[in-house]
Amino acid sequence: MNRIEKAFARAREENRAAFVAYLCAGDPDFAGSVAACRAVLESGVDVLELGVPFSDPLADGLTNQLAAQRALESGSDSQRVLDLVTAIREFSEVPIIFYTYYNLVFAQGSERYAARAKAAGVDGILTLDLPPEEAAEHLAACAKHDVKTVFIVAPTTPESRLERICEATTGFVYYVSREGVTGEQASMSESIQANVAQIKQHTDLPVVVGFGISNADHVRTVAQAADGVVVGSAIVNCIAENATDRAAISASLRAKMGMLLEGDALSKQ
Amino acid sequence: MMHTAMSELEVDPLSLPDARGHFGAYGGMYVPETLMTPLFELTEAYESARKDPEFQRALDFQLREFAGRPTNLYFADRLTQHCGGAKIYLKREDLLHTGAHKINNALGQALLAKRMGKTRIIAETGAGQHGIATAAMCAKLGFECVIYMGEEDMRRQALNVYRMRLCGAEVRGVSAGQKTLKEAVNEAMRDWVTNVRTTHYIIGSALGSHPFPMMVRDFHRVIGEECRRQIMEKEGRLPDEVAACVGGGSNAIGIFFAFLQDLNVRLTGVEAGGREIKRGHHAARFEGGQLGVLQGAKTWILQDPEGQIDLTHSVSAGLDYAAVGPEHAYYKEKGRIDFGYATDAEALQAFQDLCAIEGIVPALESSHGIAYTMRRAREMSSDQIIIGNLSGRGDKDVQEAARVLGAS
Ligand SMILES: Cc1ncc(COP(=O)(O)O)c(C=O)c1O
Repeated sequence: MNRIEKAFARAREENRAAFVAYLCAGDPDFAGSVAACRAVLESGVDVLELGVPFSDPLADGLTNQLAAQRALESGSDSQRVLDLVTAIREFSEVPIIFYTYYNLVFAQGSERYAARAKAAGVDGILTLDLPPEEAAEHLAACAKHDVKTVFIVAPTTPESRLERICEATTGFVYYVSREGVTGEQASMSESIQANVAQIKQHTDLPVVVGFGISNADHVRTVAQAADGVVVGSAIVNCIAENATDRAAISASLRAKMGMLLEGDALSKQ
Repeated sequence: MMHTAMSELEVDPLSLPDARGHFGAYGGMYVPETLMTPLFELTEAYESARKDPEFQRALDFQLREFAGRPTNLYFADRLTQHCGGAKIYLKREDLLHTGAHKINNALGQALLAKRMGKTRIIAETGAGQHGIATAAMCAKLGFECVIYMGEEDMRRQALNVYRMRLCGAEVRGVSAGQKTLKEAVNEAMRDWVTNVRTTHYIIGSALGSHPFPMMVRDFHRVIGEECRRQIMEKEGRLPDEVAACVGGGSNAIGIFFAFLQDLNVRLTGVEAGGREIKRGHHAARFEGGQLGVLQGAKTWILQDPEGQIDLTHSVSAGLDYAAVGPEHAYYKEKGRIDFGYATDAEALQAFQDLCAIEGIVPALESSHGIAYTMRRAREMSSDQIIIGNLSGRGDKDVQEAARVLGAS
């Protein structure tokens, strides 16, 4: 079993959903990012999504835009992002998924990108602006270097596209629980349950749900319906709010993780 | 001078793009999943409108009655004399309602959005010409209208910001990055991803994901169709060259398209050379750009070796953009469209020359095309003809030009 399969299998055995945490690599800077990853990983994360900072993150809300900006301003580049993965691998076997824009992959070439990612210890790649229709080269490179792919299903995705998306996916499917860019939101869509069930008719891979999950009630709701719960902006905000004080970042992240998981929020009832 | 080596165009321009928006290796649909299905729906709606005589009639009517088509093909006799070479004609898109070619596309897409039952329109704008064209259409057709504009562009095109607001548009300033056109596109895309069920995004140039480059091109093709007919009427023959400035490339593809099969007509796109061709100081994608993927399309982009998008600079807000429309990348590869550039200084000189010699105040964007047209006319002989696309008028630029020229 690869790291991704193991993580979801363990969660299943424990009769709960997996917790998928999103952080931007290099936010607020390299050392701070290592510490932030350590803090969330030690608080109970099953899968780590690492945002690869891009100059023009058009699918991201302000929280993630500012995180990418902090990372780039502190000198992040493709090598530093891989160095971060290497650093995490020194203390964790958590599956790591790159969350990236396609131009960063294309600039290096899909082959080279996948090979370097694999060598550093990356398990999967989600390319936000690369639909399956344009992904042939990327899929072949990922298959060749045994890097799993993650694709998104949106509320605007009709059932007729699910087969194509699921066919391109080798890691897990990421259902975006609302239209829009990343960010926190107050209420959760009620159609999640039905949509996840529909996706599962087209794949045996895990289905995670994300975009906008910001408290334990949200986590509880999603955990009933999905194999994994993705939390991004709520976590990234802990860094934004404490960007100048590294010790405060870790404490804030641990407190936020505790809040999100309060009352055994991931457990299936 | 480069010349086209082909004896005939290997491809029928009308067969491009393919069903997924590819112009050869360029274009395509590189967008988040949320937008894929809305873009397919838009493609379908556009294909159906294009075939509907009722829609075409409404479009022609509005282009004539509201926008003021056809525009003149004007023989610039004093400019011709001044340059002392080829005869210079100017296609007067500056005379259109709202002041630039942009209204052709805004009008077409607004009618399409109405037909699709959308209630809200968003757009990005650099120079503000696309913003004001969109705002005018929204006022006329009763749409809610939000325009995204970089804060630096709001400063240098302040007149247009006020004009948009007068037409009832909400102008939202964008403070990210270098606060210009690219950031405004990012913000408009974010809005669209969030509100796609009610909202149509009228992109302002031949840019972005399929079907936009095709649709925007088609709505501007009228420029070249008129122009080709007019030069035949006036001169009884085709021109030797047609030149147009290239931001995203909408006015250029609009005037070039009707001439693509006329291989004796040289077509030249003019990019913004900025202060000089040095990373971060210009916006000439074919001078130092690389193939990449940005804001929906695969095309030539100013970027670093890692794929991070470069800063750009141009004195004109409408050309100050890191990517070029994918159809231009295709015809550049085929050798059918040549590209050159004009620097800030050359554009500002052409801006003043056209005012002083012909009494026409051109937009700073268009001034890049005029600078090239004048330079080229000097190299050509007096029995030759060059047409420059005067894509817009310069009222919006008078204050900024005064500031820049006064300071230099
Ligand atoms: C007058 C004018 N010409 C040209 C442009 C550049 O756009 P495009 O290359 O799409 O024609 C603009 C853009 O704002 C403009 O306002």
